[in-house]
Amino acid sequence: MTKEFGSMRRADVEGASLMAAQGVIDAARRQGLEDVAVATIGSPVGDLLVAGTRRGLVRVAYPDERPDLVIEDLAEALSPRVLEDPRALDLVRRQLEEYFEGRRDRFDVRLDWALAPSGFSRKVLEATARIPFGSVSTYGEMAKRAGSPRAARAAGNALHDNPIPIVVPCHRVVPSTGGIGKYGGSEWRKEFLLRLEGALAG
Amino acid sequence: MSLPPFAMFLEDHRVPVYRFLLASVGPGDADDCFQETFLAALRAYPKLRDESNLRAWVLTIATRKAIDQGRARARRAVPVRELPERPTNEEADGDPELWRAVRALPERQRAAVVHRYVLDLPYTDVARALGCSEEAARASAYEGRKKLRAMRELEHLGGKR
Repeated sequence: MTKEFGSMRRADVEGASLMAAQGVIDAARRQGLEDVAVATIGSPVGDLLVAGTRRGLVRVAYPDERPDLVIEDLAEALSPRVLEDPRALDLVRRQLEEYFEGRRDRFDVRLDWALAPSGFSRKVLEATARIPFGSVSTYGEMAKRAGSPRAARAAGNALHDNPIPIVVPCHRVVPSTGGIGKYGGSEWRKEFLLRLEGALAG
Repeated sequence: MSLPPFAMFLEDHRVPVYRFLLASVGPGDADDCFQETFLAALRAYPKLRDESNLRAWVLTIATRKAIDQGRARARRAVPVRELPERPTNEEADGDPELWRAVRALPERQRAAVVHRYVLDLPYTDVARALGCSEEAARASAYEGRKKLRAMRELEHLGGKR
């Protein structure tokens, strides 16, 4: 008899349950049960994992950080009610696509700073968010704007841990001594982004 | 060990839950019950204390939803000889007659049969989902199976299989 029960076709159940799961995600969004929405967005610097809450964009992660681990961290830090829901992140997706196509020079999305530590680090990131497209600033300048002019190295650390790269443009912060400096998401990406914005010659 | 992100939980358990609901409420109501099951799980999720057996936990919720569904359907039911079934949904079943027979079982026997023989769960998990002892779960599955066999023999008189 167990054998007869096995006759239900596996492919059918797989497809039907996948569609039903999408129904769960749509209903969860409508009913306000979705605390964190995540989606993968393709880009010239790799597949980006983006995450949003009701308050705004909370995380952008490069593929070097394993997506499953990033999602686990979000569940741990924010809420286990994390759903894969690209529709909830349509606005971010569109703006990122326009940015990489060279048709957008500022992001118009709300930010959720929940993953940015408060105090000095947060002030550095907030100052960084105001550096305009196409220009660069220095670690020392960011430290000064955050209220501690001599803490350039600490500013660099804060930027390295930026939870929302690209949208909070930590790639626009470079050393005062020349060169493009370090980048949490690998230096080649920093160079790519600065070239895309026309902030690097050649 | 902390709770997995709900996205992962949904992915890990959607197939067995769907399979269980397909067998116990039928193709017409499986989607609704599935959605109710996972939304109830999502509501309770952050406060969940025991994460050792999430499969058993979500199947317990699904069992309850399937039983509620059966009762609601019985209240609505008007006595007709045979309900027309949509052929597209019937495709999802390997053997429509068997599934109709399963759904005709009393609710506890049906749940026990589906848990044990469709999902291949151990009796400890069947008992947990039904909220009864292991012996009672064994008895329900045994009774249900016996009844199914009788129904099939009656229909087929030795049948095609």
